[in-house]
Amino acid sequence: MGEVLVLVDHVDGAVRKPTLELLTLARRIGEPSAVVLGAGSAVADIAAKLGEYGAAKVYAADAAEFSDYLVVPKVDALEQIAKAGTPAAVLVTSSGEGKEIAARLALRLGSGVITDAVDVNAGEAGPVATQSAFAASFTTTSRVSRGVPVITVKPNATGPEAAPAAGAVETVAVTFSAAAGGTKVTSRTARVSTGRPELTEAAIVVSGGRGVGAAEGFGVVEELADSLGAAVGASRAAVDAGWYPHSNQVGQTGKQVSPQLYIANGISGAIQHRAGMQTSKTIVAVNKDAEAPIFELADFGVVGDLFSVLPQLTAEVKSRKG
Amino acid sequence: MSLRIVVCVKYVPDATGDRRFADDNTTDRDSVDGLLSELDEYGVEQALRIAEASGDAEVTVLTVGPDDAKDALRKALSMGADKAVHVNDDDIHGTDVIGTSAILAKAIEQTGFDLVVCGMASTDGTMGVVPALLAERLRVPQVTLLSEVSVENGTVKGRRDGDTATELLEASLPAVVSVTDQSGEARYPSFKGIMAAKKKPVQSLDLDDLRIEADEVGLGGSWTAVDSVAARPARTAGTIVKDEGEGGKQLAAFLAEQKFI
Ligand SMILES: Cc1cc2nc3c(=O)[nH]c(=O)nc-3n(C[C@H](O)[C@H](O)[C@H](O)COP(=O)(O)OP(=O)(O)OC[C@H]3O[C@@H](n4cnc5c(N)ncnc54)[C@H](O)[C@@H]3O)c2cc1C
Ligand SMILES: Nc1ncnc2c1ncn2[C@@H]1O[C@H](COP(=O)(O)O)[C@@H](O)[C@H]1O
Repeated sequence: MGEVLVLVDHVDGAVRKPTLELLTLARRIGEPSAVVLGAGSAVADIAAKLGEYGAAKVYAADAAEFSDYLVVPKVDALEQIAKAGTPAAVLVTSSGEGKEIAARLALRLGSGVITDAVDVNAGEAGPVATQSAFAASFTTTSRVSRGVPVITVKPNATGPEAAPAAGAVETVAVTFSAAAGGTKVTSRTARVSTGRPELTEAAIVVSGGRGVGAAEGFGVVEELADSLGAAVGASRAAVDAGWYPHSNQVGQTGKQVSPQLYIANGISGAIQHRAGMQTSKTIVAVNKDAEAPIFELADFGVVGDLFSVLPQLTAEVKSRKG
Repeated sequence: MSLRIVVCVKYVPDATGDRRFADDNTTDRDSVDGLLSELDEYGVEQALRIAEASGDAEVTVLTVGPDDAKDALRKALSMGADKAVHVNDDDIHGTDVIGTSAILAKAIEQTGFDLVVCGMASTDGTMGVVPALLAERLRVPQVTLLSEVSVENGTVKGRRDGDTATELLEASLPAVVSVTDQSGEARYPSFKGIMAAKKKPVQSLDLDDLRIEADEVGLGGSWTAVDSVAARPARTAGTIVKDEGEGGKQLAAFLAEQKFI
């Protein structure tokens, strides 16, 4: 089976969970080789982790360019690594940056690109990607019909499965293109961690919308989230009102989440919100309007005031958990 | 010399309509009314603001799409853009993102540009990769997914709120930018704007005009293939209870039964 290149998403010297999911998917279609760019001295630890999850080989390149300039240096590195071998596919996480890297790489390789896959499987004519379309009201299967399939995959497409492999590091010296220095990153401010799980990676997401009424109103949402070990999400209405940060927005122009459980509170269920949560396994809604469209999606719904339902639920969760 | 801004706008099926696929697995553009992608209104808005700030700029809106895509151009013109370019050819039907970016790049080069402005993603395809592909094809910097953007003395600056960090970016013109829905509300066309738009020039181009061969685009020229489409089964109706003082407890019981607690 051919080599499948997996671009590693790492932050603060640690591999992010979606990368481990990519390694798991890569094993279905070939032999995973990870590509670690700009990790500095963390490479050894990162490679160990990648080996645990099935990376036979770990290509590592380090250069200031990866953090000083946008997107292109990473495309240069992947292009060089891909052209040095004959990969069967390239998998990248579906983030804004991941999709941009994948698209430019595909163009350089003369390959087709598929974004936002929610599953990847082996097929007769190469990897088959499953996608959701039109706010998840359709499911499609596609494949790349020319060149090396370049596919970006959404978080939570599968669970990461350990599969010990060598994780042997091969250092790569990248020759950067003239375009590499085009867009300078003049400053970078890391998002402050809230201590809660990452929105896109969380098993449970508790969201609040306009019905929460004010920034302070999010207190009841956060308390429920913390009792469940969940991430907190928000509708665009709540974000636009300034009640919650944009980085927590769920929907078409925010994060697309696919947790085991999604709890929507004071959210009506507009199509653009659904686009970000409709593929959740179980959906629960609390809304005081029995006609709210969110109830059409809900496996369980409570018609009521979130300010009385949520505290009661939180207390109940806490007492059941003991 | 004046700043030449080209804004790429897409004509898309209304997201609030019942969007579906046609028999050849392409987006059905007949069953639902189309409109200027709401996310591209943000691109038009930022282009107009940059043009106003520069004092000497010309804003061209560009679309690749069927006959009705003219409506999207009219809307952008009525918001204040100066002229429009419409690439329309029967052979374009079914083109994938690699092909679309090839057509857009040729049209942008033919129009002449210092700055290309795109939306963050189309509301139908939602790939968000055309701006990066245009930068690659046009060999200019990409300054993308910006929640703030400005252009001064031949330099474009912007703020990109990424997955794990907020970055400030900078590049020299010519460049391709894309802007998010956080970049600032788009203006409504005024009555005067709507009247003026009727007299603004709309240039029509086909593949011949752009020297693109028909087999480079369309379903046949695509580097990806959609093999199947299926409507997602409707979610089975769940249990809806009215809170009579026990709603939180009933919900907890459901979560316990589903083994979440
Ligand atoms: C291009 C575009 C992109 C967009 N992207 C997104 C996106 O990414 N994410 C997103 O969420 N939206 C997005 N939207 C906006 C979307 O169309 C809706 O406007 C938005 O989702 C509405 O948020 P909401 O449900 O919180 O507010 P509303 O629709 O106002 O609903 C509030 C709900 O709260 C209920 N309520 C009020 N008080 C209480 C209470 N005390 N207890 C219980 N329930 C209560 C009400 O009955 C109502 O159903 C986008 C729109 C456009 C045009
Ligand atoms: N057919 C098109 N015509 C003009 N602009 C387009 C077209 N398709 C995509 N774009 C531009 O590229 C951006 C991203 O689109 P996409 O990569 O398809 O999600 C859009 O917001 C538009 O600015």
